[in-house]
Amino acid sequence: MSANQFKSPVVRWIDHRLPVFSMLHHTAHDYPTPKNLNYMWNFGSLAGLSLAIMIVTGIVLAMSYTAHVDYAFSSVERIMRDVNHGWMIRYIHMNTASFFFIVVYLHMFRGLYYGSYKAPRELLWILGVVIFLLMMATAFMGYVLPWGQMSFWGATVITNLFSAIPYVGESIVTLLWGGFSVDNATLNRFFSLHYLMPFIIAGVVVLHIVALHRFGSNNPIGIDTRGPQDTISFHPYYTIKDVFGIAVFLLLLAVVVFFFPNAMGHPDNYIPANAMQTPAHIVPEWYFLPFYAILRAVPDKLGGVLLMFGAIAVLFILPWLDKSPVRSARFRPLFRIFFWIFFVNAIALGYLGGKPAEGIYVILSRVATAWYFIHFLIILPILSTFETTKPLPKSIAEPVLGGFSSTPKQAYAAPRRS
Amino acid sequence: MLSRIGAVLLFGVLSSPAWGASSDVALKTRDWSFSGPFGTFDKAAMQRGFQVYNEVCAGCHSMKLIAFRNFADLGYSAAEIKALAAQYEVQDGPNDDGEMFMRPAIPADRMPSPYANDNAARAGNNGALPPDLSLIAKARPNGPNYLYSLLSSYGDAPNGKEVPDGMYYNTAYPGHLIAMPQPLYGDDVEFSDGAPTSIEALSADLTQFLMWAAEPKMEVRKRIGVAAVFFLSIFVIFSYLAKRRIWADVH
Amino acid sequence: MAKLDTNEKSMPEGAEEPGRRDFMVVATYAMMGLGAASVAWPLIDQLNPAADTLALANIEVDISKIAVGQSITVKWRGKPVFIRHRTTDEIARANATDLMDLRDPQMDKARAEKPEYLVLVGVCTHLGCVPLGQKTGEVKGDYDGWFCPCHGSHYDTSGRIRKGPAPTNLEVPPYDFLSDTVIRIG
Repeated sequence: MSANQFKSPVVRWIDHRLPVFSMLHHTAHDYPTPKNLNYMWNFGSLAGLSLAIMIVTGIVLAMSYTAHVDYAFSSVERIMRDVNHGWMIRYIHMNTASFFFIVVYLHMFRGLYYGSYKAPRELLWILGVVIFLLMMATAFMGYVLPWGQMSFWGATVITNLFSAIPYVGESIVTLLWGGFSVDNATLNRFFSLHYLMPFIIAGVVVLHIVALHRFGSNNPIGIDTRGPQDTISFHPYYTIKDVFGIAVFLLLLAVVVFFFPNAMGHPDNYIPANAMQTPAHIVPEWYFLPFYAILRAVPDKLGGVLLMFGAIAVLFILPWLDKSPVRSARFRPLFRIFFWIFFVNAIALGYLGGKPAEGIYVILSRVATAWYFIHFLIILPILSTFETTKPLPKSIAEPVLGGFSSTPKQAYAAPRRS
Repeated sequence: MLSRIGAVLLFGVLSSPAWGASSDVALKTRDWSFSGPFGTFDKAAMQRGFQVYNEVCAGCHSMKLIAFRNFADLGYSAAEIKALAAQYEVQDGPNDDGEMFMRPAIPADRMPSPYANDNAARAGNNGALPPDLSLIAKARPNGPNYLYSLLSSYGDAPNGKEVPDGMYYNTAYPGHLIAMPQPLYGDDVEFSDGAPTSIEALSADLTQFLMWAAEPKMEVRKRIGVAAVFFLSIFVIFSYLAKRRIWADVH
Repeated sequence: MAKLDTNEKSMPEGAEEPGRRDFMVVATYAMMGLGAASVAWPLIDQLNPAADTLALANIEVDISKIAVGQSITVKWRGKPVFIRHRTTDEIARANATDLMDLRDPQMDKARAEKPEYLVLVGVCTHLGCVPLGQKTGEVKGDYDGWFCPCHGSHYDTSGRIRKGPAPTNLEVPPYDFLSDTVIRIG
């Protein structure tokens, strides 16, 4: 739209010279969005909100935090006890991290279920996986900062993963530590990087959105939009829907922050770091547990590390593993079954990652790990060749097939002005 | 689909294995005044608990994160806190001669530790380090019930259970062998308010005090939480109705 | 977004622009604004001094050990505070000064609760340096009080500015005598 269509002369004057209003209008207002998106499409905006909350509370926390092994723990406790509203800001930061992962996992499962990674959205998906990787690195380094027992031993264990690399592993670990163990130098660089990485994430999010707007959102029936009868403008329809999603998200977040603030943490992290004593059961934060289970399922050090990183690497090539032209699981009966098996398997991996590595848990971890890779590397390629899919509807607006029939005929039958 | 995934995931998270409670102990539970969304601390119990800490625990266990000024939360007046702080000596300095010196504590000071450092504490306790108690109620799974049980579950080892020198048998402690000798026997302290002094009563009072020490902002947290949840619940309803209103012409 | 035009391109036929006049929609956006504002307050308030800082906003000082003619410097709110046990001569000279000679006229009585003890914030009112004159042997300036070496401000025995660029007298912090020998500053 051109600048002179804005009502306010001030907006018009600015927009003529700096077209920010046109850009905003284009991305949020005009942007045609499939009219049939369900609530699973709410998690993108929630992830964006989570990132914003994390950055704002994080900047505030950094004003009172001291990145030094002698003061880190007590500076966090000073935030909890003496800084005005410090307890609230820290609990929000702590728990929003968990909520961020919940939201992103749901966002990813939605993508898996509805085939959002398929052409032409491969790069959109890959950028999402990049964001996920950056989030994991950021969360890991953030968890080190309070310098409790779990911080210290988590940092030790995770950095030691790199020692599995042949020949150069030990040198890389020394490089990461800046010393011969996790110590002050490590804490300082982790703080620096933990502060930096959210802004890199924000940058990749911008690319993610640019890629999204190239072809628009996928939708529950997974077919391309065929014209204006299939779409509605993003604003006000999806803005208000996102507001409702945000309201529910914030309500759940508030319940956890104010009434169960430590439920997703570990009690050992309220014990100051002690390099001479490892806690009995060390476990990472819950959102790492599936990958931790994969790591421990392999009896070989290098093998475990490779498989763990492989579990994420396989997501990068997913668009080329699943070649079925049908996107949505609604029209792929077999894929749908395997999706839910995969989902349960992923939850099982998370559960097993939190259990001690002994007895039956080891065997189950191996089975679940094997299934994780079988799903991506064997089942998806085979399914895309042999599966008989259900017939696809002609268009989103056409109420012929599937559980989608609520659009009255007049809504799309009339010719569109544009 | 959303509700299915949401329910499974939320359940998975809240019953998170991260808590990893030790399996070989059955903890005694109690109806704590501070549990639940409207829970508050019991000021009288906390004052008694502080007295127990002072007379029984403080010989070995520090509470480094607690300042005397914090005792206002227990219901003490400014003058009482000042008098209380003045009973302690803290190190200050260096003075103009370059020497460190001792002076009476003021409310802004944190509680002095019984030992100069961790090594001194180990040396004085058969090599075992008495942990700092400031955060102990949050640093153990199921903190309050664990502390309450630990303090009141000492006893004789069953036949066949070997108890090495310097260790004690406690059914609430993971592994049942603990380096801390039994601290409370009942009637260890005398309360000015005439409250009961059985082992259970003393343990419960001490737990109240330690829970406050670990989470001093709990009351204000829950107060704000109730308001926030109330506001957001209405916001959820309003935004849902607004969404319905805007989408009315699409459906 | 309220300033954007309402020329909808892709709305269903026959629908008027929703979301502008509807009570529910307006109320929802109003609640969003209210919520955002109430979240902003903790984020701003955390910039204010924390409880441990405030706890040191008042200090108590034992003044019984200051000999006549001697001064001590104590730290209060991150700044030096001068406490001087004045000689009778100093008090007399402070009282004898004609107010007409002062740049910032103030009676000595108004500056010292008990004339023997003068309590001052030891920060020059010109640009914030710490004046000399606390220790025996330091330059005390032309008026036998304090002298700021940065830009040459001279203060008298009551801490009043007499010469140099400083605009006002040395500040007297709020204090009171808890007993004959203990004062509380702040």
